[in-house]
Amino acid sequence: MKTIIKVIKYEFHDIFRSKWLIAYLLFFLMVTDTLFRFGGGGNRVILSLMNLVIFVIPLISILFGTMYLYHSQEFIKLLLSHPIHRRSLFAGMYLGLAIPLSLSFWLGVSIPFAYHDDGSNLMALGMLLMSGVFLTLIFTALAFLTAAILSDKTKGFGVAILVWLFFVVIYDGLILLTVFIFADYPLEQPLIILSLFNPIDLARILMLLSLDISALMGYTGAVFNKFLGSTWGMALSIFCLALWSILPYIAASRQFQDEDF
Amino acid sequence: MSQWRQTILTVLMLLSSLAPSLSAKTYWVDPSGAFSSIRAALAHATDGDTLHVAPGIYREGAITIDKSIHVIGHNLPQIDGEGTYQIITVVADSVHIEGLHLMNVGVSFTQDNAAIKCDAVEGCVIENNTISNGFFGIYLAKSANCVVKNNQIKGEAVREVNSGNGIHLWYCKNILIEGNTVRQHRDGIYFEFVEHGTVRNNLSEKNLRYGLHFMFSHHCRYEQNQFQQNGAGVAVMYTQDVHMVNNRFQKNWGAASFGLLLKDIRDSEITQNHFVENTVGIYAEACDRVVVSENRFEQNGWAIKLMANSMDNTFRRNNFLVNTFDVATNSRQNFNTFEGNYWSTYRGYDLDQDDVGDVPFRPVRLFSLIVEKQPPALILLRSSFIGLLDIAERVFPVLTPETLIDPSPAMMPVTVE
Repeated sequence: MKTIIKVIKYEFHDIFRSKWLIAYLLFFLMVTDTLFRFGGGGNRVILSLMNLVIFVIPLISILFGTMYLYHSQEFIKLLLSHPIHRRSLFAGMYLGLAIPLSLSFWLGVSIPFAYHDDGSNLMALGMLLMSGVFLTLIFTALAFLTAAILSDKTKGFGVAILVWLFFVVIYDGLILLTVFIFADYPLEQPLIILSLFNPIDLARILMLLSLDISALMGYTGAVFNKFLGSTWGMALSIFCLALWSILPYIAASRQFQDEDF
Repeated sequence: MSQWRQTILTVLMLLSSLAPSLSAKTYWVDPSGAFSSIRAALAHATDGDTLHVAPGIYREGAITIDKSIHVIGHNLPQIDGEGTYQIITVVADSVHIEGLHLMNVGVSFTQDNAAIKCDAVEGCVIENNTISNGFFGIYLAKSANCVVKNNQIKGEAVREVNSGNGIHLWYCKNILIEGNTVRQHRDGIYFEFVEHGTVRNNLSEKNLRYGLHFMFSHHCRYEQNQFQQNGAGVAVMYTQDVHMVNNRFQKNWGAASFGLLLKDIRDSEITQNHFVENTVGIYAEACDRVVVSENRFEQNGWAIKLMANSMDNTFRRNNFLVNTFDVATNSRQNFNTFEGNYWSTYRGYDLDQDDVGDVPFRPVRLFSLIVEKQPPALILLRSSFIGLLDIAERVFPVLTPETLIDPSPAMMPVTVE
C-alpha cells in the first residue's frame, strides 16, 4: 500500500508538471463557462456537456493512458530493478493517472456550475460527474491494457483509437442495425441487455434518465425508463460501470506482471 | 346643486335595488329554522325569490329546481347526495346557485348523475360552489347563456368506465366557464356540440383522461387555462374556428399522453400558449388551416408531431426550447409552413444581422424518423453515432422531408407580449 501511495505521489508530481492535464482542466472549464454564457440554463448546459463527456473523455483517457505507459517505460524499468511489487507499481501508475484526470474533469465542470447555476439541476449534474469519472477510470484501464499487451507503440495507439471508435460509434451502429433486422420482435429488453456491454451507452442512458425524461415517458421510452429508472436498474447500471472499470484493470495488471522488460 | 343631484341619485339607486325585492321574497333554510329543508322552501318559493341556506348538512335526495330562483349558501352548507342521487336538477330559466357544497353524487352506469344538472334552460349562473365526489360535477344539457364560475370541483375517479366529467356540456350555446378548478374526474372539461363557449382561467389537473376534451364545438374560445398532469393531456376533435390563447399545457406524461392533441381541427388559432414538459406538445392529425403562433415549447419529448394528412397549417414565431425532438412527422411529404420560429437547436449564422438566420433550419431530425419507424431505437438517443447520422442527413437530406423547413429561423427567442 505504501508503495502504491508513493508511486501515486510521484505520478502526481509528474503529471501536474506536464501541461496536458492543465489543458484538460482548462478545456472543461472554458467549455462549461462558455456554454453557460451563450446557452443559458443549466439544463441545456448539461445536455451539451453530456455529448462532450461521452465523446471526449473516453478519447482523451485512452490516448493519454496509452501514451503515458509507453513514455514511462524507462522509469518502470528503473523502478523494477528495485525490490518493488509489480502489482503495487501498476496500481500506483493507474491511480496516479486516473485520479488527476477525473479531478480535472470534476473541477472543470463543477466550478462554472458553482457560480452560474441555481442548483436546480443537481441530480443531472451528479449523474454527469459520476458518468465522467467512470468513463475516465474505464478508458484509462483499457488504455493500460492495450499498452501492456502491445509493446509496439504505433500499433498500440492504433488499437487504442480503434477501441474508442468501437465503443463510441460502431457499437451503436450495430445496435441500430439489430433494431432494423429484428424489427418484428419486441426489442426493448434485449436492447437494455446489449447496452450493458458498452460503458459509453451505460453512461449515456444514465444521463438520459435525468435529462430527457419527457421523451422517455412515451411508450417505448417508458419501458426503458421503467427498468433503468428504477432503483434496481440504476444500481445494476452503476454496478456494470464499476465492473467495466475493474475487469480491464485486472487484466492489464496480470499482463503487466508477466511482461518481459 | 351637485349635492342635490347626488342625493337624488342615491335615493334612486336605493329604490331600484329595493324594487325587485318588493315583489320577491326571501326564505331562510336552516336545519333548526322554519324551513329545515331546501325542498320545503322550494315548494313555497315563486319566480324571483331568494333562498338563503344556512350552514349544516342537508340530505334530501334529488332536488329539482323548477322556478327561477336564487339559491345562496352561507359558509358552504353541505348538500349530500348519499352516493345515490343526482343532487340538483335545474329545469327553470335564470336560476342562480351559489355557495353550496355538493357531495357524494350517485354513480350510475346508465344515467349521467351530476351534482348540478341544468336541462334545457337559459341564463343559469352557477358560482362559488364546491363539489366533492361528484360523479359528474356540473352538467349542462341543451342550455344557453349560462355562466359557470369559480367552482371547486374535485372527484374521486379511479377508473375511466365508472367515472364522470367535471364540467360537462352537451348541445349548449353561449356558455362562460371561468375560474373553476377541476381535479380527478374522467375529463376535466368536456364539450360536445357546444357553440360560442368561452373557457377562461380554469385549472384542470390530475384527471384520468383529458384535462379538456371537446368535439363538434365550433366558435369556442379557450384562454388562460392551465391543463396539467392529466392522464392523456388535452384532446380536441372535429371542430372548426377554435381559439386557444395563452393556455398552459404542462406535465402531461405518459405513453399516450399529449399536451394538445388535435384531430380534424380546421381554421383555428393556437397562440401564445405554453407547452412545458409534455411527452408530446402538439400532436396534429388531419388538421387544416390552423395557425400556431407565438407559443412556447419547452422541454417536451416531441414539441410537435405533425401527421402528413395535415395541410396548410402555419407555424409562425414559436419558441422551441430544449425539446428532445422539435418536429416529427411520418412522411417525406409536407404541406405546412414553418416560418420565423426560434429553435434552440439551430446552429446557423446571421451575416447580414437582420436577426433572421441565413441558413434554413430543418426541424425534423433523421433520428426522429428512425424512432417513428422503429420505436425501440429510442435507446440510442443522444448517442454519438446518431449525432453523426443527423449531421450527415443535415448536409445531404435524403430521408427527411425536403420541404419541411423553416426558411427564416429567428436568431433570438421571439418575444411575446
